Amino acid sequence: MLATSSDFKGNAKRALKNAPLQDSMRGTRALFPAKRAAAVAGLPEFEQLRDIGRDIKNHTLANLDFYLETWERNVLNAGGHVHWASTAEDARKAVLDICKRVGARTVTKGKSMISEELAINDHLEAHGITPVETDLGEYILQIRNEPPSHIIAPATHLSRADWEESFRKIHTDLPADRVFAERKDIMTEARTLLREKFLAADVGITGANFLIAETGSSVIVTNEGNGDLTQTLPRVHIVLASIEKVVPTLEDATNMLRLLARSATGQDMSVYTTFSTGARRPGDLDGPEEYHVVVVDNGRSAMIGSEFQDMLRCIRCAACMNHCPVYQIVGGQSYGWVYPGPMGSVLTPMLIGVDQAGQLPNASTFCGKCESVCPVKIPLPKLMRHWREREFERHLQPIAARTNLAVWAWVAQRPSLYRFATRAAAKALALLGRSKGSLSYVPLAGGWTAGRDLPVPEGDTFFARYAKQQRGEA
Amino acid sequence: MSRDAIFGAIQRGLRRGPLPADQTLGLYARLNAHPRHLVPQRSNLPHPQQIELFLRNLEKEFATFTSVASNDDVPCAVADYIASQNLPADIIIAPHPELRAIPWFNRPLLQLREGRAEASDLVSVQHGYVGIAETGTLMLPAAPHRPTTLNLLCDTEIVVLRASRVVGPFEDAWDILRREREGMVYGNFLPRNVMFVTGPSRSADIESTLELGAHGPRRLHVVLIDDTTAG
Repeated sequence: MLATSSDFKGNAKRALKNAPLQDSMRGTRALFPAKRAAAVAGLPEFEQLRDIGRDIKNHTLANLDFYLETWERNVLNAGGHVHWASTAEDARKAVLDICKRVGARTVTKGKSMISEELAINDHLEAHGITPVETDLGEYILQIRNEPPSHIIAPATHLSRADWEESFRKIHTDLPADRVFAERKDIMTEARTLLREKFLAADVGITGANFLIAETGSSVIVTNEGNGDLTQTLPRVHIVLASIEKVVPTLEDATNMLRLLARSATGQDMSVYTTFSTGARRPGDLDGPEEYHVVVVDNGRSAMIGSEFQDMLRCIRCAACMNHCPVYQIVGGQSYGWVYPGPMGSVLTPMLIGVDQAGQLPNASTFCGKCESVCPVKIPLPKLMRHWREREFERHLQPIAARTNLAVWAWVAQRPSLYRFATRAAAKALALLGRSKGSLSYVPLAGGWTAGRDLPVPEGDTFFARYAKQQRGEA
Repeated sequence: MSRDAIFGAIQRGLRRGPLPADQTLGLYARLNAHPRHLVPQRSNLPHPQQIELFLRNLEKEFATFTSVASNDDVPCAVADYIASQNLPADIIIAPHPELRAIPWFNRPLLQLREGRAEASDLVSVQHGYVGIAETGTLMLPAAPHRPTTLNLLCDTEIVVLRASRVVGPFEDAWDILRREREGMVYGNFLPRNVMFVTGPSRSADIESTLELGAHGPRRLHVVLIDDTTAG
């Protein structure tokens, strides 16, 4: 997938003018936060579980080599296969090699963000193998050749009319005058057509929400059941998982699961949570004959020991984007690659380079909402700030931004000048806007005032007031 | 070699070589003890109330249930449910000894076939391993006598569960599985898969609006056998 993160500003501008998109975003932006709040309110221990979740992940990362080795040994004990992939290319090759060896013609897929990251579908298609996305949201995006706009609700930007139009265009075997009276009719059509794909597929590819070191298991979480059909019916099951997905024990996974669905969709549990361990056992009547896990690094090991290590705690629940005032307005596709919202603004520069994705960590007001809802307490604003520092160090910002920052820094390091300048600015603004109490245009900040008015300062600067208060005059 | 490169990079990041033996022993001890974390209090109840909580949560998640007094009442409960939903009486049933002990012949109109589900099967009867009150979740580990396809392919899944097998939190369910599969080779004590099912299949992918019946069963019905009272 070609990243357009370097044009986040342009993407965002277009998104703001895209009326249907703005309608969709308006219709849904309040839903996820309300559902999460209700689920959290129903579990008094939730805050403590977040601390425990953070600690489990930190403990695992500090001993990641041990837990990955233990996990690998237990996969092999259970008759599974492990393929290590340093790069996206290694991972694509591992998947293709398995598919070729078993003579696969069609591959069904459960929803997997790492599969998007690795662009597995394009690679399979280029080699004559047909991938079929089976998550409803991913299915329509595949039809429309669009990237996901959300990590758990990939088609959240589309309206019912978009679904109907795409289904009529692509499902040409069905009567053209059929009626979609309800959303359910759209879903039923997809269910019927995809059922045939599930039954015909030679290989099923899923992601993994967790890997369990203790048992050598991979875990997937879905509401639709598509991931389970994908990993149960074909002869071969391939799991794509990144190295940071491992947790030590079933009890550790249980704590993470108590956080995941509540943070994501506001459910106590998703409908299907499935622990898979190896291939079909003697006597089993169903299940795949081969079980493979492709373990992907693709830049993650470089985060260990760096200021970005905390990001590896992420369990991909999407709470950060659901609560982000920027995401809620511009939508996920503006971020220009696989991972949108605050978690994407931290992860994307790591995976495709800060030169490509430097605008993303700047697309934040640092309101802190993301960190406050993160189930594993990742300090997302702090990590975005680290990226801004790196971007500055590498001279990647536009000249104007650098010059302004340099001027500001020069002034800020001279307290008397700074106080004089801010006092003068406050006075000038107060004078300019004294009639209305606000300004609809400020020189050099036209972009800012295009969307809102600037309330004029009421008198002194913060410094002056603070000094006054310290003297006991306030 | 990707494997060496990945482990090398991880250890470089952690600023150490392979873990020293004493630390490794500590980590093995943690794995073997697999300690519980904080367990939510909501299901910390006497068993009868755990059963009530389980049933309440089943309904919250859009599943339905019938409570019956004994094995003898199961065929009737299944037949009534099928009739109430206008479903065919052809049933694919798990080849589980506990299900075989049910007197199905009392309801000769029920057409039972044992095995895995095929695409054409509309109604399945599955053996419930454990019910988890905390969230109204069914634990369904794969086994020769508990095929996974019964949980996935049919429009309607009926799960027969004994009330004595309802527990409070997930940790208690794992304990039962660990205990009953003791003696399996270390690392392989889990069956091929363990499915946790919480209500019927659903999706909110179309305009963030919840609809039931995405890819898995459209209906989930539990027949709960009360085997907890004496006699």
